[in-house]
Amino acid sequence: MNVVALFKLVPDLVEELEIDQSGTALNTDFLRLIINELDDHAIEQAILLKERSGARMTVIGSDAEGADDVLYTAVAKGADQLIKLMGDPNAVINNHAMARATAIVLKELQPDLILTGVQAHNDLDGSIGPLVAEYLGMPYVGYVSGVNVQNGRIVVRKEYPGGLIAEMEVDLPAVVGIQSAEQPPRYVTVNKVRQAMKTAAIEERPLPALDVSGGAAIRRMFKPESATRAKMIEGSTEEVTARLLDIFKEIGAL
Amino acid sequence: MMNQDIYVVIEHLRGKTADISYLMLAGARALAQATGGEVIAVLLGHNAQSLANNMAADKVLYVEHPALAEFTSDAYQRTLAGLIAGKEPRAVLFASSSIGTDAASVLSARLKLPLISSCQSFSADGRPICQICGGKIMAESDLPDTTTLLTMTPGGYKPEEGQSGKAPDVIKVEAPSLDNLRVTLKQYIEPEAGDVDISKEPIIVSVGRGIQNQDNIEIAEELARALGGVVAASRPVVDQGWMSTSRLVGKSGKKVKPKIYLALGISGAPEHVEGMGESEVIIAINTDTNAPIFNVAKYGTTVDLFDLVPALTEKLREVKKV
Amino acid sequence: MPFRETFWNIPHWAEIGQYILGLLTILVFAYGVFRRVKRWRMGQPEKRFDQIGKRLWSVLVDAFGQARTAQDAYAGIMHLTIFWGMVALFIGTALATVDWDVTHLFFGFQFLINGAYILYELILDIFGVLLLVGLGMAVYRRYFIRPPRLQPATAWQNALAQNVDRDDAYALVMLTLITLSGYFVEGLRIAVSKPEWSPWSPVGNALASWFIVTGDPTNRTLHLTLWTIHILVAFILIASIPFTKLFHILAAPLNIFFRSMQPAGTLIPARNDDQVGVKEWRDFTWKQLLDFEACVRCGRCQDACPAFASGASLSPRNFIISLKTHLWDTSSGHRLHGDVISSKELWACTSCRACVQVCPIFVDHLASIVDMRRYLVNEGEIDALLQKTLANLGRYGNSFGQSERLRVKWTQPIQAVIKDARKEAVEYLWFVGDYASYHVMFSDITRKTAQVFQKADLDFGILYDAERNTGNDVRRVGEEGLYESLVEKNAAVMSKCKYNTIVTTDPHTYNTLKNEYPANGNNHPVLHYTELLDQLIAAGKLQINKKLNYKVTYHDPCYLGRYNGIYDAPRRIIRALGCELTEMPRHGDRAFCCGAGGGKIWMEEQPEVKERPAESRVREAAGIPGVSTLVTTCPKDLVMFCDAVKTAGLEGKILVKDLIELVDEAM
Repeated sequence: MNVVALFKLVPDLVEELEIDQSGTALNTDFLRLIINELDDHAIEQAILLKERSGARMTVIGSDAEGADDVLYTAVAKGADQLIKLMGDPNAVINNHAMARATAIVLKELQPDLILTGVQAHNDLDGSIGPLVAEYLGMPYVGYVSGVNVQNGRIVVRKEYPGGLIAEMEVDLPAVVGIQSAEQPPRYVTVNKVRQAMKTAAIEERPLPALDVSGGAAIRRMFKPESATRAKMIEGSTEEVTARLLDIFKEIGAL
Repeated sequence: MMNQDIYVVIEHLRGKTADISYLMLAGARALAQATGGEVIAVLLGHNAQSLANNMAADKVLYVEHPALAEFTSDAYQRTLAGLIAGKEPRAVLFASSSIGTDAASVLSARLKLPLISSCQSFSADGRPICQICGGKIMAESDLPDTTTLLTMTPGGYKPEEGQSGKAPDVIKVEAPSLDNLRVTLKQYIEPEAGDVDISKEPIIVSVGRGIQNQDNIEIAEELARALGGVVAASRPVVDQGWMSTSRLVGKSGKKVKPKIYLALGISGAPEHVEGMGESEVIIAINTDTNAPIFNVAKYGTTVDLFDLVPALTEKLREVKKV
Repeated sequence: MPFRETFWNIPHWAEIGQYILGLLTILVFAYGVFRRVKRWRMGQPEKRFDQIGKRLWSVLVDAFGQARTAQDAYAGIMHLTIFWGMVALFIGTALATVDWDVTHLFFGFQFLINGAYILYELILDIFGVLLLVGLGMAVYRRYFIRPPRLQPATAWQNALAQNVDRDDAYALVMLTLITLSGYFVEGLRIAVSKPEWSPWSPVGNALASWFIVTGDPTNRTLHLTLWTIHILVAFILIASIPFTKLFHILAAPLNIFFRSMQPAGTLIPARNDDQVGVKEWRDFTWKQLLDFEACVRCGRCQDACPAFASGASLSPRNFIISLKTHLWDTSSGHRLHGDVISSKELWACTSCRACVQVCPIFVDHLASIVDMRRYLVNEGEIDALLQKTLANLGRYGNSFGQSERLRVKWTQPIQAVIKDARKEAVEYLWFVGDYASYHVMFSDITRKTAQVFQKADLDFGILYDAERNTGNDVRRVGEEGLYESLVEKNAAVMSKCKYNTIVTTDPHTYNTLKNEYPANGNNHPVLHYTELLDQLIAAGKLQINKKLNYKVTYHDPCYLGRYNGIYDAPRRIIRALGCELTEMPRHGDRAFCCGAGGGKIWMEEQPEVKERPAESRVREAAGIPGVSTLVTTCPKDLVMFCDAVKTAGLEGKILVKDLIELVDEAM
């Protein structure tokens, strides 16, 4: 079985986000990218499938600062093939464009199963997974927290609110949007990653001309207004404790 | 020829309409006022027509088919693709949820229609305002000139605004052929039973990533006991296995509306806020001044929770003794 | 004329038989030793033949002088009397052999005559008594006092526990048999031959009086019988040395000779190129294998271990015994990881080094624990919290997973700008460390540190957002590659700075900068802030304006005390501030770890833990009458103890303070 995991890099929310001068995009000077957390889960789920059923596993992401690290880390975890899509990293914000370009590469690979994070925090025009699925004519199920291969099909655990799980059977080939892997993404040592850098090769594929249609045209970006902001209680632990106690009394909780 | 109507894809699960559906109807009304069209609910189901009765919509399009009894992506996509292509509304709203997002992106690609995701509200002139980057950034976009698909997140409108005492007209629409579906529902697996139902609790002490480890949850439990409430958690805490899924608050967990929601070390990502944003009084404790949780909380403090929570517990115990 | 009548009453065949038996004994002994050495040599290479002089000196002090053994009074006296009793009797036997079979046989000359012989008899009799006293103490201790550290672990399979029990009993029985049979042989000889100098053998003489009634020839028969038993027991004992716990007679001095001569704070790097740590016993070095083999199960390490005391799965004693047993277990198919040593045991260690410090024969438990951890880390077998922390350290260079730019957030309220050591030359490069930089509880204290430095007119600077976690605990967790990458990043920045001396807030930071960074090119002196303040006070550069008069006790941080021997500087500062210092029962090199080290502060608590080490420690401090403040000099200690004061319900009874807070207050 051929399993492909797709990932994208998103702004690291640990760093303060700034909006650039145009007012329609994030300031990239201070921007630091990190793998979309759910894509990391998708890679883990793919590794688990490989370990369970001996699948061949390919990881694909587009070129951006940190992409090599993600790819080498994936090899250190057990991935077989690494593909980096080379092109204008600024276009990556448009998921339609990315999905169309990725689909072209994916067609060649003829995967049985494509896993990717169900969403990313900077998605503005839908998510990559279902778009790729449609461009490839494959079925898609998202919000999945477990995948099993059974008799040439997959059975996935789809999450609903309230902890309800729907077990869905899906024909292959298919695309699955991962909400969480069956176990948290594993740790690989710096040395394993360094070894992977020495031995593994990243295939660089040019991104085809990007077609950005289907996305959103941002008019302005801003930080949430402070009008709705909480009344901040300042002071020492004792003072804050006393104030909270008053609040509890006001609400009638005591 | 495109009309100015706003369609809302109603989300329901096992015979119950999700709150987000009403919230979308309220959003659709706001948008319809800008575009000058009607609000039309789209209900897909099997023997589900009665769900339409309390919807604040001008019309309800009801598609009846046994394969639509419960959500599967394939059946929904096929049904909606035909419907949207045929009617050409101004916009179609989907919930930014396990159901809505499965359908919206696929339809955007299939029908070559633009898609705007994570829309929280609409400006007065009908521009979608979206919440991204874990709630730290808002983005306002133009509404494209063609039929536009949108996924909606809570925060902008209230479910009550999307309900009505008057049953709207229901127009039945023929379902397409739904044979040879590639995705089928095998079964539902119920969440772990036997635990308290956090959605019915008036006081909730909820913990997030900031709690650091499983042992520290104890201090939250003690505070909850002192307050007469229960503990709950955000996604990262449940993912680590530190608390059971039955205590999960948020998009993939339970939706809660307690009198008091104490958020300990919770950043306030939209997925979490979706589950607790309608609590009466939210009190957030987080050392990160910029945490988005402070945008939904009524009160906030940046005092370290490991200092504050034990102190608060003790004071509460004293007060209760007296 | 008093002389030594060797082989009195011994027929010629017995004399010959004895020598044949002796030869056989030597062969068995040699085979046993060879077998052991061969096994050690199956381990990995390690260089331990440098500094021969120092090594020999250590053997003299620690093996023959038993300096560490004597630190426990009862066990010390017990062991010293047995040891020196046996040594004296062995020398006595050797002298007798030389006297009779060398000088007398070949040269017709004896030296054990007259006064020398009388002295010889007297000394041997006395040492025999000492030996018996020691053996008596041992029997009383092992079978009547029954200290917990000598008891087999409940977790052991019965067979293993029984073997251990038998081995312990064997040594005591055999030594007692030898001594008693020796005395009886002497007594019977005196009873029959009645030499006039017999009062110089007081014990033998006293025993002789018992045998007057039996008379000859019964006594001659008895004598020959007991002599035969004595000889047989002696030879069996010698032959069995390499096969029983008695092997420590050889292995302990060897282990002491080959002990690490590196500073305590220098961890042995991961060996293999791929640095996967120890997966199977052959991956240990020969010296580590010798560690396991030399262990006599005295259990002092277990008594000193904070993890064991807390109820966690680890006992350093059991760890070593299990490894030793595993070394020879060729049939069970047990795997080192999982079957022999559990990951829980390995992750319970706080790297406090108390076990290594008390071991009389210098076993280095910690080196083996870290080597095994390296394997677990390589396999990804780490808990979720640790995993998150390591990922944070790799990505952000700090364990808090915060932005590099927030590293200097604590400086914001400070008026005078702190120099950026990357931009201008400074005398002191202050390495602030993660906890002192990021932890909310510590930012105020770190500001005070800066203010104290400023008031002392110190020319200092910091690395601002370029500082990274130094990796001390990352290394001890077993993530060698991450440690190296942190070192590379710090070294790259530091190499561009101009400074004379490094000063640190955190003892952990201090340890690796001082003891491990030199291997990576840092040759600047490294001071802990307490050393620096101590120097400044002595030089009159730091004005103490206010006498504090607090009654305090002081906790020695592991990485400052045991690892680096800094016990006096903080105490001198405390006294200079006018505080009255009362020591806790466990202080100095016996200080009890707070439980944070070796990466423990980044791990989830093990559910078996009953009393956390930090709670035990604050209770110890709060138990001293009149003491109101527990002073420490390590940010991790402060965080752990403040929390423990709350969980132990000691709020209002004891305050936890960093020493710098007191200095700031007194200025």
